[in-house]
Amino acid sequence: MVYLTRKAEFAASHYYHNPDFSPEENQRLFGKCNNPNGHGHNYTLEVTVKGEVDPRSGFVVDLKQLKEVMHREVLDAMDHRFLNKEVPEFFNKIPTTENLAIAIWQRLELKLQKAKLHRVRVYETQDLFVDFYGEND
Amino acid sequence: MKAHLTRRYRFSASHRLHNAEMSDDENRATYGKCNNPYGHGHNYALEVTVSGAVDAATGMVCNLVDLDSCVETEVLSGYHLENLNTRQEFAVTIPTTENLCIQIFDILHRRFPHAHLERVRLEETMMNSFEYVGGQELIS
Repeated sequence: MVYLTRKAEFAASHYYHNPDFSPEENQRLFGKCNNPNGHGHNYTLEVTVKGEVDPRSGFVVDLKQLKEVMHREVLDAMDHRFLNKEVPEFFNKIPTTENLAIAIWQRLELKLQKAKLHRVRVYETQDLFVDFYGEND
Repeated sequence: MKAHLTRRYRFSASHRLHNAEMSDDENRATYGKCNNPYGHGHNYALEVTVSGAVDAATGMVCNLVDLDSCVETEVLSGYHLENLNTRQEFAVTIPTTENLCIQIFDILHRRFPHAHLERVRLEETMMNSFEYVGGQELIS
């Protein structure tokens, strides 16, 4: 088994708010992230796939194909967007880095052909990242 | 659904690697420059990984404010801009980055109740890093 990781970057804005909570509770839980006008990050995405090396091509996965899927499913949808307002997963779910990693996993899992998804890592900043290994972890 | 969250912190500290049970020659042979009696320092980078189910109401494994304040109170305030050899936990144990990594894991394992502590990773320099997962094998 060989693991291959492809990196991408996107910039997006978001805010944290749960409509079931009072304004005071939202403020207490989410602090500055509760500002309804949003704020932004330069996210770094690392997608790791795994598989056996194909004896003919020497590849685990066609990198071009992986790149295309990442672009189509993630970057086109999320780059330079307001996550709460423009990405359907976050209309009713808070776009924390945890939920972002899960949403990206779910978007990619359906579209990858040969490669098996191993890990989605999302860096919100250099000092904070989340790993998601799938629903069976 | 379970996610793993990693937060990175920094602190600077000095230490000297010296084992009182070894001769001076053996200490110098074992620890080289790190045996300098006056000590020396590093800018450490600490990565703490916790895991848990993502809370449906908050979207979080744990509140980052809780993790930050725990690491600040329990780890950084004790080590940042300090001489590690003067700390009680390193009175006998040699403050190698291996031992520091284990010590930090044990502290956070005891003191952070809001998520499962998965891993502590400590960079001593850009070239050296150490990881401890509570005595388990590193999986991912």
